Amino acid sequence: MWDYTDKVREHFLNPKNVGEVENPDGIGEVGSIACGDALKLTFRLGKDKKIAEARFKTFGCASAIASSSVLTEMIIGKTLEEVEKISNDDIAMALGGLPKEKIHCSVMGQEALEKAIAYYKGEPEKILEGEIICHCFNVTDVDIRRAVQEKGLTSLEDVTGYLKAGGGCGNCHEEILQIIQKSQGMTILEPKKPAAGMTNLQKIRKIEETLESEIKPALIRDGGNIELVDVDGNRVLVRLQGACATCSRSRITLKDHVEARLRTLVAHDLVVEEA
Amino acid sequence: MTPVYLDNNATTKVATEVMEAMLPYFTELYGNPSSMHTFGGQVAASVQTARQEVASLLGAASTDEILFTSCGTESDATAVHAALRAFPDKKHLITSTVEHPAIKALFEKLGKEGYRITTIPVDSQGRLNMELLTQSLDEETAIVSIMWANNETGTLFPVEKIGRLCREKGILFHTDAVQAVGKIPMDLKNMPIDMLSLSGHKLHAPKGVGALFIRKGTPFSPYIVGGHQEHGRRAGTENVASIIGLGRACRLAEEKMGEENTRVRAMRDRLEKELLRHIPKCFINGDPDARLPNTCSISFEYIEGEAILLMMNQHGICASSGSACTSGSLEPSHVLRAMGVPHTAAHGTIRFSLSIYNTEAEIDTVIEQLPPIVARLREMSPFWSEA
Ligand code: FES
Repeated sequence: MWDYTDKVREHFLNPKNVGEVENPDGIGEVGSIACGDALKLTFRLGKDKKIAEARFKTFGCASAIASSSVLTEMIIGKTLEEVEKISNDDIAMALGGLPKEKIHCSVMGQEALEKAIAYYKGEPEKILEGEIICHCFNVTDVDIRRAVQEKGLTSLEDVTGYLKAGGGCGNCHEEILQIIQKSQGMTILEPKKPAAGMTNLQKIRKIEETLESEIKPALIRDGGNIELVDVDGNRVLVRLQGACATCSRSRITLKDHVEARLRTLVAHDLVVEEA
Repeated sequence: MTPVYLDNNATTKVATEVMEAMLPYFTELYGNPSSMHTFGGQVAASVQTARQEVASLLGAASTDEILFTSCGTESDATAVHAALRAFPDKKHLITSTVEHPAIKALFEKLGKEGYRITTIPVDSQGRLNMELLTQSLDEETAIVSIMWANNETGTLFPVEKIGRLCREKGILFHTDAVQAVGKIPMDLKNMPIDMLSLSGHKLHAPKGVGALFIRKGTPFSPYIVGGHQEHGRRAGTENVASIIGLGRACRLAEEKMGEENTRVRAMRDRLEKELLRHIPKCFINGDPDARLPNTCSISFEYIEGEAILLMMNQHGICASSGSACTSGSLEPSHVLRAMGVPHTAAHGTIRFSLSIYNTEAEIDTVIEQLPPIVARLREMSPFWSEA
C-alpha cells in the first residue's frame, strides 16, 4: 500500500471543492480515462480579479484526488499572476510530499491549472511538441527531456513516476533510457556483442581447459567421465564414459551440464553432441 | 473495528489447526529428516504423512508424485525447466495471456533466450481460445503451461481437455493450480495432467512452502541440485515445519471442500447479487459458469480502484484492486486487458476473495459500505456526469 502523508489522506477522504463552477471563467481538462487519471478544474474570478471559486472533478487514485483538492485551496483568493507561478512541486509540498510513483498526480494539477488559465486568456491549445515516445500515455521526447533536465530525473522509475511514461506496456523503456542517458551526457550503452572471435586453435584449447577444470571433476565424482573427440565449427563432439555413458539421463547431462557450461565459459553458440 | 479480510487469493491466514500441528517441529521435533538417528526418523515419517495428505487432496495415485518446494513460483519454474531439459530439441512453449507472473515472466524470459512462445488469448469472459490452442500444438512444442484457475477473476480453465490434447501429441502439460487447489475437487490419477503447482499460503498453510505434483513417468531433472533430499529431485534441507503445516492444511481443505463449495459460494453469490443490485454501472468479470467459488472480480465504471480500496480500508474492508496503481504499474492488470475489459471499467476493478473464515456479517458490511463509497467517488469523477 502506498505510503501517504496525513495531509494526502485528509484531502482524499474529505476533499474540498468537489464539483464544477457554474459559468466558469477558466476550464482546464487533462488526462483521460484510458490513462487512469483525469482532472477537470474550473474557476471563477471575483470582481477583485482574484479567484473567488474553484472546483475540481477527478478520476484517479487517492493522490490524484488529494492533489486536485489541495490545488483548489491553493488558488482560491489569489490573482492569476500569483497562481501562474504554482508548480507541481508546490502542490506536492502542500500535501507534505507524494510517493515518487505518484508525482505525476501533482503534474496533472499543474497542467490543468495552466490549461484553465490559457482558456481564460483565450490562448490556443498547446500542440504536442516533439515525437511521441510513450504511446500508452502520449508522452513526447520533448516532455521527457525537459523533465529529466529540469527535475534531475535519473532513472526510468523517476520518469514514470513523474510523467507516467513507461508505466504501461513497457515498449518505450529503451527509448526513455536513451533519452535519460543522452541528457546526462552519457554514452549510449550498445547491446553487448558476442565475444570477439577466437581462432579455431584458441577455441579448442579453451574447450579442453574448461572440460578439464570445470566439467570432468563433477562427472568423475558421479562415477563417470567425458572425452573430447573433435571440434567441428561450433559442434563439440564428446564421448561420455563410465556411469555417464550408461546413465538414462546422459542427454540431459550433455545438454544441461556440458553444453551449458561450455556456452557460458567458452562461446555462446557451441552445440555439444555425442560422437 | 475488526477488519473484514476479503483478499484470500493474495494470501490466507494460517489455520489454528495448522499452526498447532507445526509447533512441535520447532521445538522437540527438530531433527533433520535426512539423519539416520531417531531424531531424524521421527521427522522423516511426519514429512511422509504430509506428503500423503497433499497427495490425497490432489487425488494423486502415489506419494512419490509429490515434491515439496518453497512456493508456487518455484514449483512452476521447476516444472517448466524440467520439460525443457527433457526435450532439449523442442524450442516451442505454449501458455495463456492471463497467467500469474510466476509463469508469465518466466516465459517472457525464455522467449528472450530464443524459445518460441505462443500465448493463447482469452475472450471477454476470460475463456481460453481452445481452437487456437489446438492449432498451436506442434512437434516442436516442449510444454504447455496453463493455469487451472485465474487468480483475478477465478475463471476455471478446461485443464482436462487441454491435457488430453497434449497427451495425444506427446506434449507435457503443466498447470499452475495455486488458486484452484483446496477450492475445487481434484482427481489427478484420472486426469491427463503431467505436472501441477500449488502453494501453501493460499490454503491456510504458511508462506514459504509449496509443492509440485509430477506424474510418475514424467521426464524430470532437478532445478535445484545439491543433497539427495526429495529423492534427488530438489536439493536442500526440507522446510519441515511448513511442510507439516501444508499437509495439515491439505487435510483441512479436503474436509472443508464442501463448505467452500456451498457456504462460501453462497456468500460470494450474495455479495455479487447485492452489489449489482445497489450499484449502477458495474459488472462481474470472468466466466459466469466455470469460476472458483470464492472469487469475485467486479468493475465499477468511471472510478479508479486504488481510491475505492483506500476508502473501503477506512471501513476495515480489505480487498485488492485489478488496476494497477497498487502494483506499481499504471495500467490495468494484464488479465483485464487480455479480456478486453474497457478502460472505463478496468481501472475501477476490485477483487474480493473469500475463505471459509468469512462470515455473513462481514459480507453485510461490504454490501452496506461499498455503495456509498462508489457513489462518492463517482460524484468526484469528471466522466460520471457525462455517463
Ligand atoms: S508505450 Fe510507454 S508504456 Fe507503453
